[in-house]
This record gives sequence, structure tokens and C-alpha cells, in this order.
Amino acid sequence: MSKRVGIEVSIAIAEAVGLARAEVIPAYPITPQTHIVEHLSEMVANGELDAEFVPVESEHAAMSCCCGSCAAGARTFTSSSSQGLSLMSEILYIPSTMRLPIVMVVANRALSAPISIWNDHQDIMVQRDIGWIQTFAENGQEAVDLTIHAFRVAEDRNVSLPMIVNIDGFTLSHVIEPIELPDQEEVDKFLPPFKPRYKLDPRRPISMGPVGIPEVYTEAKVAHDMAMKKAKRYILKAWDEFEKVFGRKYNPVESYRTEDAEVLLVTMGSISETAMTAVDAMRDAGQKVGLLRIRLWRPFPGQEFRKAVGKAKVLAVVDRCLPPGALCGPVGAELRSLFYKIPGSPKIFSFVAGLGGRDVTVERFEEMVDKARAYAKKRPRELYEVIGVREK
Amino acid sequence: MANSDAIVGWKTITFGCHILEPGNAANFRTGDWRSQRPVVDKEKCIKCGMCWVFCPDMAYSQDEDGYFVVDLEYCKGCGICAHECPKDAITMVPEEG
Repeated sequence: MSKRVGIEVSIAIAEAVGLARAEVIPAYPITPQTHIVEHLSEMVANGELDAEFVPVESEHAAMSCCCGSCAAGARTFTSSSSQGLSLMSEILYIPSTMRLPIVMVVANRALSAPISIWNDHQDIMVQRDIGWIQTFAENGQEAVDLTIHAFRVAEDRNVSLPMIVNIDGFTLSHVIEPIELPDQEEVDKFLPPFKPRYKLDPRRPISMGPVGIPEVYTEAKVAHDMAMKKAKRYILKAWDEFEKVFGRKYNPVESYRTEDAEVLLVTMGSISETAMTAVDAMRDAGQKVGLLRIRLWRPFPGQEFRKAVGKAKVLAVVDRCLPPGALCGPVGAELRSLFYKIPGSPKIFSFVAGLGGRDVTVERFEEMVDKARAYAKKRPRELYEVIGVREK
Repeated sequence: MANSDAIVGWKTITFGCHILEPGNAANFRTGDWRSQRPVVDKEKCIKCGMCWVFCPDMAYSQDEDGYFVVDLEYCKGCGICAHECPKDAITMVPEEG
């Protein structure tokens, strides 16, 4: 039977990776991801996990090593954050089009400058288009569950794509939460051994990663895009099976008190829990407000999101990323595309909040809802607004 | 310039763009972009085979008389053979046109 324990979320994720029987873990430490790989290295050193821990010299090397081990047919895990994730960037586009199902947990953190070790989503938004499946966890239990789910989805032969589980740095990675750690038998039941369609094997030689001449490159990229689109079905299927084994149900978009709601907050990650408190307070005050939380970010679950919005008239989207010079943040832009010229679609406003570790409080969520409601009547000059920014 | 028309469909391209047939470079004219070609002076050649040893594309083979000849389908004109030849029997000559 699974056991419920008080445990730091990073340690719990490492335990989940162990329960998933990862075989190769090339990793480089960086705040706030360090505890995950530190604990994994301990598990390997103590003989608790039969895996190869590769203490590489950089994140660039970590991802390169992941590509090699995964291509050789080993279940491969790594983890990174912020500047480290950026250093991987050159390699990140490679395993996805090459269909190598590496699993990575990203403890989301701001990017320099100024130097910040604290949480926001700028690091992962830089890597938005790397062609990996991406989910966002809200709490520690979900971080553990999504990590196990990621191996199952990524390695499914119908998918064969690398997958990132995003967890908010510190607010998730460093807190101690009550978490139900599944037992080995359950995980084994849910997660079969990794059997790739192709692997590097001297007995049956193939070449991976050749040149894609102009006559081929577009088709290779379209094949990748189509694989991403097709993956959604298997992501959902794996969540259904996860529920059967572990009893916890996950959806690509999570709705909270959205029935008859006029205004919906839209969030990703751990701030959603504060947003729920804010929704409760506003509902108590008689306001028709609800919350949508995006769990599956890539491939984007457009159909599910549209359905979840229902008849709501206004979306107050929280972007934890400020792309200078852009029309609005990435989540806002995504949703604007989704609803463009669709009759009866909601008015969408993007609020940039929670940059570099700044807390987003209940009051801030209430402010966003009020502003979105006002902007629906009188269109503002900009498509986004930075919340809680001080001028002088 | 390369031809921009597709030579394979996204549905038919190999999984992950892998090359599933080992050694298939032999099926392609890999010497097309050569700007110079090696010319062997048989008067100087001692049939030692250093060109054959060093050629990175395995473009050299031995003919009936024991001389080493280059296959221009695969020779990229790198000049390593000319550089290594102990008798300076190989001269790199610019390709015309």
C-alpha cells in the first residue's frame, strides 16, 4: 500500500523517479532544482536505485548525455532550472524531433538579469517551442504524480516524445507537504519497462540525428508537430489509467467553481491554490468568479479549454513571464489565438504577476478580476498589465 | 542551390528522421560539391597505398595493375591524399565550371 508522508517535494520527486526505475540520470545541480538530483545521487550511491548517475560538467552536457542514454534505450531522467535550462537550450530541440522520450522536471525560476533565484515561469517560456510535452504541477502530490505519468506518456510508443514536468521553484520544490508516495507494485503496474521503437544497438546499426537537407527538413518538423498533436490522446488515456491505479484524477484543464461564472481567472502552477482562495472569497461576496488552471501546456488542449470556459465573458489570464516588446505574455497570447474570431468568445486580458519570486496574494487576484471586468467595458491601450508594479 | 521540393512525405519519413539502413551514404553522390580533384602521376606512384589509407571517404580503390584510383562520385577533394603521398605523386587540380 502507498504511504502518506510529510516530505519535501523535491525529495518526493526523486523518490518518484526511483519508483519509476530510472536507469540513467545525467544531471548538474542548480537552485532550486538541486535537492531533486542530490537525493537521486544519494539513492544511487546507497544502492537503493539501480541506475547510472552521471555528474556531468554542465547542463549542456547533461542534456547531451540524456540524448545518448535514451537513444541507447535507457529510461532517462534529468532536472534543471533557469540559467541551467537555458544552457541546455541548444540540445533541447534535438531529442524531441528525434523522438527520444527523456523525462525532465524543471523547477521554474526567473532568468537573469538582475540575478534571481526565485520563482516565475520565464525559464520555461524561453523553451516553450522545444517540442517537448509540458505539464505544470500545482502541489507536491501532483508533482509526484505527474513525474510518474510523464514516463508512461513519453515512452508510450504512440508518443515517443520527451516530457517536462514544471514545478514552481521554492514554493513547490522546497516545501514539506503531506504526500502519498505510491508503492513499487502500483508504479510497476502503471509503468511498463521502456521498450523504444528504435535504439542504438551495434547488432542492428542505424543512424540517429542525420542532416536534414531542405528537401527533408520541413517534413521532419511536420512529422514532429503531428506527433505532438496525436500525443494528447495518449496523455489523457494515461491519466485515466493513473486514476484506475492510484485513485487520483487529472485533467488537461482543471475547473474550480466555474459554474455560471462571468469572470474566470486562468493560472498555471502553484499560485492556483491562492487563486482558489481568492475565488472562494469573491464567491462569498456574491461575485460570479471561477478559476481555470492549465495543467497541460504542450500540446495545448484547445478543445478542452474552450469547453471549460463555457459561457464566461471575461478571462483574467495570469502570465508569470514578461516578454519585453511583445503584445502580451505567452499564456495570454495563446488564449487570444485560441478564441480569435470565434463568435461569443470571452474578452481576454493578460496580467503579468509573480515575477522573480514576488508573491501573488488573494488581494492581487481580486484586483485582476476587477480590472478585467472594467477593461471588458472599456478597452485598455495595452493587451496586458503588470500587477503590483511600483512606479516611484 | 539545393532543390526545395520535398523528396519524402511527413507521413513516410522515417521515425525520428533516423537512417535505418547502415552505410547508406554509398547510395549518394557525396562528391558533388568538390572544388578540386586529385590527379595521380603514375610515373611517380610507387603503389604504397597511403592515399587509400588516409582517404576519409574511402574513395580510393586498387586497380588491376596495382595503382590506386579515386572514385569521383565520393571524393570531396579534401587533398589529404596529396598531402600524405610520400612521392608527391598526387596533384590537386581545380574543378572547372
